[in-house]
Amino acid sequence: MKVIEKKKLWFSLSIAIIVIGLIMGMVQGFNLGIDFTGGTMMQIHLGKEVAVDEVKQITSKFDLKADILHVGEEKQEIMIKTKKDLDNNARQEIFEAFKEKYNLKDNDLRAAEQFGPSIGKEIQSKALLSVAIASLGMLIYITFRFEFKFGASAIITLIHDILVVLAIFAIFRIPVNSSFVAAMLTIVGYSINDTIVVFDRIRENIKFMKKKNYTEIVDTSINQTIRRSINTSLTTLITITALYIFGVESIREFALPLVAGIITGTYSSIFIASPIWVSWKNWEVRRGRYDAN
Amino acid sequence: MKMKNAIILLLIIAIVATGAVAGMKGLEVGNVKVSSIKQMMKLGLDLKGGVFVVLEAQTDTTGKELDKIMNQTKEVIERRVNAMGLTEPNVMREGTKRIRVELPGVKNAQEAIASLGTVAQLQFINAKGEVILTGEQVKNSEVGFEKDRGNIPSVSLEFTSEGAELFQKATKEAASHPQGSPERIIGIVLDKEIISAPAVSDEIANGRASITGNFTIEEASRLSALIRGGALPVTLTEVQTSVIGPTLGMDSLNKSIYAAGIGIALVFLFMLIYYRVPGFIANIALLIYILIVLYVLVGFGAVLTLPGIAGLILGIGMAVDANVIIFERIKEEIRNGKTLRAAVSSGFSKALTTILDSNVTTVIAGFVLYQFGSGTIRGFAVTLMISVAASMFTAVIVTKFLLKLFISIDIFKNTKLYGA
Repeated sequence: MKVIEKKKLWFSLSIAIIVIGLIMGMVQGFNLGIDFTGGTMMQIHLGKEVAVDEVKQITSKFDLKADILHVGEEKQEIMIKTKKDLDNNARQEIFEAFKEKYNLKDNDLRAAEQFGPSIGKEIQSKALLSVAIASLGMLIYITFRFEFKFGASAIITLIHDILVVLAIFAIFRIPVNSSFVAAMLTIVGYSINDTIVVFDRIRENIKFMKKKNYTEIVDTSINQTIRRSINTSLTTLITITALYIFGVESIREFALPLVAGIITGTYSSIFIASPIWVSWKNWEVRRGRYDAN
Repeated sequence: MKMKNAIILLLIIAIVATGAVAGMKGLEVGNVKVSSIKQMMKLGLDLKGGVFVVLEAQTDTTGKELDKIMNQTKEVIERRVNAMGLTEPNVMREGTKRIRVELPGVKNAQEAIASLGTVAQLQFINAKGEVILTGEQVKNSEVGFEKDRGNIPSVSLEFTSEGAELFQKATKEAASHPQGSPERIIGIVLDKEIISAPAVSDEIANGRASITGNFTIEEASRLSALIRGGALPVTLTEVQTSVIGPTLGMDSLNKSIYAAGIGIALVFLFMLIYYRVPGFIANIALLIYILIVLYVLVGFGAVLTLPGIAGLILGIGMAVDANVIIFERIKEEIRNGKTLRAAVSSGFSKALTTILDSNVTTVIAGFVLYQFGSGTIRGFAVTLMISVAASMFTAVIVTKFLLKLFISIDIFKNTKLYGA
């Protein structure tokens, strides 16, 4: 497979997704989770499937502007999410309203979560800081182990992965929350892992294939490692997808960005990372020739 | 030699299988009883159900003064939490003006949260609105019963000697007013709300009083616990809460285990079909890996959270990675014309640096997550890092050992079995 030949196609594909996603993100805003904005979540077991409109009749009394979704087996549970920071008493009042209407017991309030707005800001800035620090740490490590151009290409790939997943989340309006950030950091580690396997091969092949040009070396290296890249991603995807399909709501929130990220990370380790490095190297070679003239 | 190696191999498989069964179901041989991993593992609040609340003090004080207030607040909350009679509750300071309270297995979450944040400032007020004494002069408080009113629960108070003196003075003064006049009333006020307003009939000198009303037993015991615990020096607001009912917690755990089971089974199948003999070896290594990770978690007393389970499951997928890198390398070496034995040796040594480099980056991510992550996310970081360490160990040591063992047994010598 000749990956480098079509590098413009790969680059444009990624840029298109990122641009569309970010524009949509800017225009309609990202769907930030309540842990970032402050807010309240309540999960109530109603014992039967109840239409969202019916649930809204109750929540509208409290002026919540809430998102309501069905969760649990046979959709017998509802999850109410609002950006309002409701204290214990307010939550109790809302639950009492449901309790009365659907004849519930106290333990039918399956879960509740509340984040004050100040906490939300803290969680958000901590998340950004952690992504920055992790990226820096990896850049230092790769530069130390390989060379700067490999390191820089890997970091560009990493930023690419984050942006693509963020774009996907913006396009489909999936909430961005602290689970998302944790998943993102894992992806960053995972994607770099994939990229390194390819770079490692390039580094090795440069020694053996001295006379060939960089494009050929990289294509050979990618073809040598592509089975590994795909197989590993496949096994990881199998386990995480099982978690997404069979897990409970909060773990699905965690599994979804992981699934998106693993696919993106595998794609970018093959189609983005090495092409960037090759373009850089070839540009250097060309410049060298002109300089010689 | 071949025979011996075959026996060693069978023995290893038997031990791993026993370990896996013991981990899943627990094991009982004679007097020795090994509990299942599920029973031994410490579970986080999100899996066993419970409440955690982060409370923030509403105050402008800073420095040492704030520190003092916060420590007092923590003590008061600790007393209140201890009165709830839970196993392993946890109260800790977080940052400068926050307190984090963890209440595992609490039955009525709403009520528990409500009692944590109650200031519980108890005051006795005379008819002129003057404060006679406060909760600080109360030595003890218990649930009592009003015998003359059909044993309705009440809250009995015992004052300190100072309190007894003040109370005696005030009751004497009140009793001096004519029968039925409002001056005879002494109001009992909790958090600025009058909860009882009895009229004094006689001077009370024994330092005892009781708060009566239409209390249920629960209300009376909660109130007495609050009074015993003392008043909070500051107002607290709830800045973060998480309530997980026990049903949801169990549900989360069981569904995750089910999902993990299916995921693992599919990975096993994939490895077996795609890599054949090495795939089988990788599966044994993977089982050993899973057992190592779980027992290390149990051994360290690590708390397993829901994201932690995600970390474990992700780790299983990634653990396969090291094996895949090695096997692909071995296949290549075989294709390049090397003998099986030589291919395994060089395949391993060439794969080693790759595995090392690629895992270090995951550890960096895990470490940062641990440092900056909050609550349950830290559980994810811990399992991720343990997973990486364990997967390196099993891939590099266990897989290599098993692979060499297999090759030494003649029946597995055909290179086709290695996918080449």
